Amino acid sequence: MTMRAPSIRRGGLLAVLTLGMALIAQPVFAAVKIERVVSPGGIVAWLVREPAVPLVTVEFAFRGGASQDAVDKVGLSQMTAQMLDEGAGELDSRAFQQEMEKSAIELSFRTGQDNFHGTLRTLGAHRAKAFDLLKLALGAPRFDAPELERIRAQTLSGLERETQNPNAIARRRWWEAAFPNHPYGRNSGGTIETVAKITPDDLKGYAKRVFAREYLTVAVVGDIDAPAVGAMLDQVFGGLPAKATLVAVPEAKPQKLGQRIVAELDVPQAVINFGGLGIARKDPDFIPAYIVNHILAGGSFSSRLYTEVREKRGLAYGVSGSLLWYRSAAVFAGSTATRNDRTKETLEIIEAEIKRMAAGGPDADEFAKAKSYLKGSYPLNLDTSSKIASQLVQIQLDDLGIDYIERRDQMIDAVTLDDARRVAKRLLDGGLLVTVVGRPAGLTAKGEGG
Amino acid sequence: MLPTGWHRRRMEVPNRRAEKPLIQNLNVIRVTRMLANMWHAASLAAALVLISANAVSAAPNIAHFTLPNGMEVVVIPDHRTPVVTHMVWYKVGSADEQPGVSGIAHFLEHLMFKGTEKNPAGRFSQLVANLGGQENAFTSNDYTGYFQRVPKAELGKVMDFEADRMTGLVLTDAVVAPELLVVLEEQNQRVANNPGARLGEEMNAALYRNHPYGKPVIGWRHEIEQLGRTQALEFYKRFYAPNNAALVIAGDVTADEVRELALKTYGKVARGPDLGPRRRPQEPASEAPRTATLTDPRVTDPSVQRSYLVPSYATAKPGEAEALDVLAHILGSGSNSRLYRSLVIDKSLAVSAGGWYQGTALDQTKFGVYGSARPGVELAKVEAEIDAVIGTVAAEGITDDELSVARTKLISEAVYAQDSQAALARWYGAAITSGMTVEKTQTWTDRIAKVTADEVRDAARNWLDKRRSVTGYLLKGNAKPAEKRS
Repeated sequence: MTMRAPSIRRGGLLAVLTLGMALIAQPVFAAVKIERVVSPGGIVAWLVREPAVPLVTVEFAFRGGASQDAVDKVGLSQMTAQMLDEGAGELDSRAFQQEMEKSAIELSFRTGQDNFHGTLRTLGAHRAKAFDLLKLALGAPRFDAPELERIRAQTLSGLERETQNPNAIARRRWWEAAFPNHPYGRNSGGTIETVAKITPDDLKGYAKRVFAREYLTVAVVGDIDAPAVGAMLDQVFGGLPAKATLVAVPEAKPQKLGQRIVAELDVPQAVINFGGLGIARKDPDFIPAYIVNHILAGGSFSSRLYTEVREKRGLAYGVSGSLLWYRSAAVFAGSTATRNDRTKETLEIIEAEIKRMAAGGPDADEFAKAKSYLKGSYPLNLDTSSKIASQLVQIQLDDLGIDYIERRDQMIDAVTLDDARRVAKRLLDGGLLVTVVGRPAGLTAKGEGG
Repeated sequence: MLPTGWHRRRMEVPNRRAEKPLIQNLNVIRVTRMLANMWHAASLAAALVLISANAVSAAPNIAHFTLPNGMEVVVIPDHRTPVVTHMVWYKVGSADEQPGVSGIAHFLEHLMFKGTEKNPAGRFSQLVANLGGQENAFTSNDYTGYFQRVPKAELGKVMDFEADRMTGLVLTDAVVAPELLVVLEEQNQRVANNPGARLGEEMNAALYRNHPYGKPVIGWRHEIEQLGRTQALEFYKRFYAPNNAALVIAGDVTADEVRELALKTYGKVARGPDLGPRRRPQEPASEAPRTATLTDPRVTDPSVQRSYLVPSYATAKPGEAEALDVLAHILGSGSNSRLYRSLVIDKSLAVSAGGWYQGTALDQTKFGVYGSARPGVELAKVEAEIDAVIGTVAAEGITDDELSVARTKLISEAVYAQDSQAALARWYGAAITSGMTVEKTQTWTDRIAKVTADEVRDAARNWLDKRRSVTGYLLKGNAKPAEKRS
């Protein structure tokens, strides 16, 4: 709606946020019943009925996110996401917003590199109105000029701000260097130059190419039954074109491993981004890699990086790493922030820990604890309708199967310590690309072009 | 009552690690609200009238009782998943610190993870991690909280650990020293690296001239640097006791189960000395509007923001805080709000604009408005338009439509909050450690439903008075201009 923080998030973020959930299952959760609903018109959704709370959450994704943006129109996908609730059909922006407010309907859109996402939340009693508005937003967006200019101004303001934000600079420089001449190397929110060029026709073109039934993924959670979901699917999505028109995104691997980029910015605390090769979601080594990452840099407060950088030395408030996966690339990526005078030391510790893990892998004790954590954390991440719905969409996008949640524990249990050691080397032995933003003492660029 | 921006405005400081970027620009604070619950039958009825018939199914009641040693207990049943959120809230925050040791409440919160005699450092965290659970802690002006989210079968264990560290903390200089560095990096990350946050500290200090809310929750950097083991333990021994704490448990439990477990764990901790009422120095009447200007080369869009000193739910006359919540919604929440429509849409003066009210506080609190100038627009014009919008509401009031939409929106957000046990636990925990009661919290939606247009107009008239405010300007420029003396 309003005040949309014009923060430009790259597609990777979605993967990061859902990563924890994408993996983890617990026997208690096998009880959650996922129904596969096929509408009369042939559209599929996964449904979890939850009558205890009078809400309905619809989460969906179309394949084709920011990676579909032309080089001179980067940011188009994100701009489309911001414009979809700014008027549709007969309703101008103000009227559309009023209709949502009157019935307390929450509708939001966002884009990642590979997918365009939407979320609808409504009270059960207002679902008919909510579905009408969603249908309008997707099928008949207006993209009126005054609204476009307003959103453009907000987007440009956010992009300007990012030029002075050490986190944004470190992230951008990393992706630009790692994926040169590839969509994943571009900032999904665009640049000041490309956003300035986006026209209403561009937005219409994007909507037409991407909002189609062909690569649509839907999950519904809440107080609604299968027939009602079927009717909703046909009503909301049935009128969209059958086929999407997508450009292929070439397979890619992060480049410039072994190099370090230093960008000067006058801040007391330097931001460090580091990363290297990842492992694809469908790769049989993915789960061992996920366990290894958890031990090295993962979520609970016990990772090797957390212990060495924060607990023992007090060098940073946070340090972590994740596995990110896209349709056409996989990445290991991490970050921290530390005072300028100890940035060099912090980076050396991180690099040493990554080398140590690559060389020796985890020990038996930390391996067992990591498995226990990864299995147990699943139901904790699925305690709200929104979280469950996001997870059901992610499982479908990753093509893991409707029984994935039930199989997950076994998949984790099946990983041996030898697997983890072998995969630690595969994952972490390829070298790191590092970006540092700040005034790091004694730390200079390394590698070609610096 | 609890905007999500709450974390920042109240400077609630979570302990260990944040998943999301910690630092946002002040101009783009999104004032979404995470509001009251609807478990209560009376609230339910009131809300139904506004939202729609049959929208809300009946839900279990919240249980509220006190252990013999004075520890308050709130149980919020949610049987959808076999998970519990277990929180202990201490009725102490940065506003309870002595002068000169700002940041000690927050530093102690970090040190609470360093182990006890019975459970050495890491054991509690390892238990939670082995379960796949989550844990963290946070500090605000008025409270300090610790939580774990674990499978329901493990609730007794985490209660045992948490009860142990209520009085059993052991600190050595060897663990205290690196943790102080961590907190200084946290201060760098949240404040020093961020011009908007630095201005926020200045504005707060100017708004509260006498009350300790004027100090940052994380502390003034020069005072954080001096903190150590002795001050932390002093603060701990003074404030951490069952009679100064509240246990809030949400999830797949019953009140009876919780009572039994609580008696076996927290119930065994001896009552501490009576701390008496939480009286802080109050603000004098103010006659002069104040300003704070921060220039930094990293600022891109200049922005203006204003904080007014206003009543909180704990200090307001009946209905007044509710009216301020409705006023904040109408003035500043969403793209149909008065400020956004006027500044961003109709007059194209600003790229963003809005307002918020932080109702949850033990003492007088803040109502904020802000606008970020479009390129080429003078900031004075943005400020003048904010003044004009507020002036119109104070003079002419609001429309019935606006009132109705705001009430619906606030009440329905209470329904949405039912979807998250963790959100409900936080909401109740914050309320009862900030001078409110469980009962008042449960009936909040009833009172929102009764707010009238006249009350909203009067709230604007009475409280959005510049003499009660600080206006902050964030400008692009040389960070350290040469001092001028004349």
